[in-house]
Order: sequence, then C-alpha cells, then structure tokens
Amino acid sequence: MRAQIALYVGLGLLALVAPFLGLYPVFLMKLLCFAMFACAFNLLLGFTKMLSFGHAAYFGASAYITGWLVTVQGWGTLEAILGGVAVSMLLGAVIGAIAVRRQGIYFAMITLALAQVVYFVCLQAQFTGGENGLQGIARGSLLGLLSLGDDRAMYYFVLAVFVAVFLFIRRIVHSPFGQVLKAIRANEPRAVSLGYKVDRYKLTAFVLSASLAGLAGSLKALVLGFATLSDVSQGNSGEVILMTLLGGSGTFLGPFVGANVVITLQEYLSDLAGSWVSVIIGAIFVVCVMVFRRGVVGEIQRRFGQRSD
Amino acid sequence: MALAEEVILETQGLVKEFSGFVAVDGVSVRVRQREIHALIGPNGAGKTTFFNLLTKFLQPTSGAIFYRGRNITREQPADIARHGIVRSFQICAVFPHLTVLENVRVALQRKLGTSFYFWRSERSLGNLDRRAMQLLEEVHLEPWARTQAADLPYGRKRALELATTLALEPDVMLLDEPTQGMGHEDVSHVTRLIKQVSANRTVLMVEHNMSVVASIADTISVLQRGRVIAAGPYSEVSKNPQVIEAYMGTSSDSLSGGPDGP
Ligand SMILES: Nc1ncnc2c1ncn2[C@@H]1O[C@H](COP(=O)(O)OP(=O)(O)OP(=O)(O)O)[C@@H](O)[C@H]1O
Ligand SMILES: [Mg+2]
Repeated sequence: MRAQIALYVGLGLLALVAPFLGLYPVFLMKLLCFAMFACAFNLLLGFTKMLSFGHAAYFGASAYITGWLVTVQGWGTLEAILGGVAVSMLLGAVIGAIAVRRQGIYFAMITLALAQVVYFVCLQAQFTGGENGLQGIARGSLLGLLSLGDDRAMYYFVLAVFVAVFLFIRRIVHSPFGQVLKAIRANEPRAVSLGYKVDRYKLTAFVLSASLAGLAGSLKALVLGFATLSDVSQGNSGEVILMTLLGGSGTFLGPFVGANVVITLQEYLSDLAGSWVSVIIGAIFVVCVMVFRRGVVGEIQRRFGQRSD
Repeated sequence: MALAEEVILETQGLVKEFSGFVAVDGVSVRVRQREIHALIGPNGAGKTTFFNLLTKFLQPTSGAIFYRGRNITREQPADIARHGIVRSFQICAVFPHLTVLENVRVALQRKLGTSFYFWRSERSLGNLDRRAMQLLEEVHLEPWARTQAADLPYGRKRALELATTLALEPDVMLLDEPTQGMGHEDVSHVTRLIKQVSANRTVLMVEHNMSVVASIADTISVLQRGRVIAAGPYSEVSKNPQVIEAYMGTSSDSLSGGPDGP
C-alpha cells in the first residue's frame, strides 16, 4: 500500500514536470487521452469481465459531438465536453441495455455490430464531415478564464482530468457497487441467487465506462483539433483492447502503461517503419501475451505478491 | 398429507423439456413450513433441473409454482431470492476473490440499499461487519474471516456458502447436495449445521448421502427419470420397494445403509 502511494506520487510528479523535460506536450496529451480511454475500457473488461469490441463508438461519437458543438454551434469548451460525454453516455445506455443480456462472445458480437452501426452513421451523416472528419476544432478556454490554446495550459487541464478519472475509477472499484461487481464477476449465478439483478449492475458499469471513454474522445478532439472516422473505427476499438491487455487488465495502472507503450511505439515507429507499425505492435502484443499473460503490470504485481485491487 | 395452510412451497405438474428430452416430467411436490424435505434420486433424475425451475434459473415448459399460495411461475430469479427463497448450488458457489467476510457481506449489503453507490467508499460497508462475523461464528468460520474464499478447504467453503445464504435470512433454503465431495467429519459438521439453522425455516435439499437424509429429513420425495415415484415421511418411503429398486438398483437392501453419493 505504501509502495503504491509512493509510486503514484512519483508518477504524478513526473507528469507535472514532463512538459519541461523536452517532451512534446501534444504527444503527452495524446498519451493521456488514450490512457484515459484504456482505463475506461478496463473498468468493463478488467473489473466486470465484459469484453466490448466496440468502445471506439463512445470515444469517437463524443469526439465528433464535442467538435461539432465547438465548430458549428460555438459552444464553450466545458459545455462541449459535457455534451460529448452526455451523448456517449446515452449511446452506452442504449447499446449496453441490449448487450448486457448476453454473455461472452454474444456480448462481444453485439457491441461490435452496434459500434459498426455508429461508424456507419458517422460516415454518412452531414455533421461529421464524412471522409474528411471535423477539422480545426478550437480548444477555447476554461470558463473564459484560462485559454487552452497554449499547449502547456491544455496539458495541465488534460492531466487534471486524467487524474480525476483515474481516482474516480479507483473509487468505483472500491465502492459498495464495486463489491457487487466483483461478486458478479466471480460467480454470476450466485449473485443472482442472492437477489441481485445483475443486468442492472452490468448496465451501470457499461454506461460509466462508455461515458469515461467519451470523455477521453472529447478531450482528444480538443487536443489534436480534429475528429475523424479513425476515432470511431473498429481499429480504434481493437487498439484499446490491446493497450489494456498489454498493460494488464484488472489492474489500475495496467491500461495506463499499455496505452503509453502502444502510443509511443506508434509515434516513433511510424517514421522508421511506416505501415509496418501495426505488424510490429501486433508481434509485441503476441509476445507479451505469451510471456506475461496478465499483462506487464499484472505480472509485476503477481511477482511482488500484491493483490490486484 | 399436509394441511393446505402449512404448505409453503408447492409445484403443480412441473415439466421441463430440453429439445425433446423431458428432464422434469410433471412433478408435483409440496413442501411444508419448517420441515427438512429431502429430494433424492439417481444421477440425472432431474433434481438440479427441478431446483433451477423453482428458483427461475430455468423457465418451466409447463406447470406452476406456488409460494405461500401465490403463483410465482413467471418471476425473475433475483425476485425469488427477494421473496425469501435462497438456493445453493451443486458446484460450491463462493466468491473466490473476496475474503470470507466479504462473501457474507455481499449478501448483507443488498438490504442496505447502497449497492448502486459507485461514488461511496466501500468502507461504508464496515458497519455490516459485526453481523457478518456473527454469521461466520454460526458456521465456525470466524478465524478465517480475512482469508480469501478461494484458499479455504472444500468443507469450509460449503460452510461459507451456508453462512452467505443465511445472511439473507431466508424462509426457504434450497440446498443442492450440500455434503457432496466431503470427508466424514465435514459431512457430520454440515449436517449438524443444517439441522441447527433449520429451526425457524424450511429446507429443501438434494442429498445423495442416505445417512444424512435419515438423520435430519422429515419428509422425502424420490425422483426418478423426472417423475416423483414416492413421497412421504422418511420411515415410510425408505421401505418402499420401488424406491429401493430405483435408488439402489437392487431391491435386496434397505435404504438406511445407503451409498455415500456418486
Ligand atoms: N441445460 C440442459 N440442456 C439439456 N439437458 C439438460 C440440461 N440440464 C440438464 N439436462 C439433462 O437433464 C437430466 C437431469 O439433469 P439434472 O442435472 O437435473 O440431474 P440431477 O438429478 O441433478 O443429477 P445429479 O445427481 O447427477 O446431480 C440429465 O439427463 C441432464 O443431462
Ligand atoms: Mg444435480
């Protein structure tokens, strides 16, 4: 426990000084956004064992909505973020309500199919800009007080949101609700026989996860200034699964580590290896899954005899 | 037979078909208040399927289930538990990654009404710990309260399952082979526990171990190929030649010295 707090404090300090260490702030922000996305996804996969194959739908939809609210409707930054999150929450509620009734592979297939529907809508709809996506999304300012145009200001804003999301997820897992989720994950029929309407708990977890994924997408649109089809694509859904498993699903830091590895590799390898990046990342993934089955963080925790929660 | 008002749980002509195969074939059983009712029968007789029907884990093909005179045939499994009918499973069902204390607390927690509070700390569940410890004491598990349930020996897991079930203060407990796979000591321990907790409640249990049945059951129903072939007080049913034949595969022996299950 002490070691864990020390680790968090260390990471926090590192994050605070990171922009002064010669690291490109936009890159750091992108890292944080995808780490947030992976953490949100992990809430579902890691803590409730539901494997969604369509999480890009919430990430991407929220990115589009926020972008559209800013560029077309002229909304303020915070309102636009909330708007995006609200839409992904709604989407999560609808898709989740259909999906949580099914288990395992059927659950995965439903989330996949419905995410494809969302992709299709984004491709066809007017407001998303079709193949071009939405470009030139301005970051605006925080309540008109603090301009986010400056990369460092934006970085600290994104960092603050990330930390809040991270702590929020920890709280969810360590709440009365989290206890029930753990019980459902461990033995669903038993939880039912104790009188829990498990679908409602799963749906709540699903909506929370979708909303936080939406928040990540929304921030990503503001950080990079664009929202495109790749945000809402199947590839993005796959990548978040990869990040989470690589880092260690069911651990708090795992998705963060996994997102860092994947995004960093993508960034640095794209110049060197071009389109071979995905092959390399795929190979790393396969090796990791074979060598450490619980992911990097999961494996470390196991070696040091720490409980994952 | 029992008076109508004494009957707490009753099935009428319950049928369950699995794609043409009839696992439960017109079962009518009456369970009286505060009795220990044993359901026996050979492997594959449909006992677990019958439990799944009673607790709504499966929908019956036809027939009806009444609880305190109310038709509950169309209800959801979680609602059955809320009415006070709580089951255990043939395969021991604890929550392996939770501690022994947490296992019991999960059952207590629902009544607190905070089970959806994802923003509140789990420390708020601390005031259930005392009641949870009491329940653990009842099954002699208090020294293991902080152990992960997965690390308990098998017999203790079953005791934990019982404590978790008791946490809901059920009126009716449905136990599916509570002594299966246990050593002699654990069997007599769990048997005593069942007897002890049945004081104010009704127990319907599937049991292969005939000495357990003989020692605590008030009534038994015998199931064979999905049908009830005999029902009544233990002393009568155990002498029924058809039962001896079905259950033992031979009519040369009486039931009381019966087998220890599969
Ligand atoms: N979901 C299912 N689909 C198809 N057949 C099933 C299903 N569940 C049970 N059966 C069949 O129904 C019959 C009764 O099974 P059940 O598990 O109820 O028997 P049981 O009396 O509990 O046996 P045991 O003593 O071995 O536990 C068996 O032949 C079994 O194969
Ligand atoms: Mg059975």
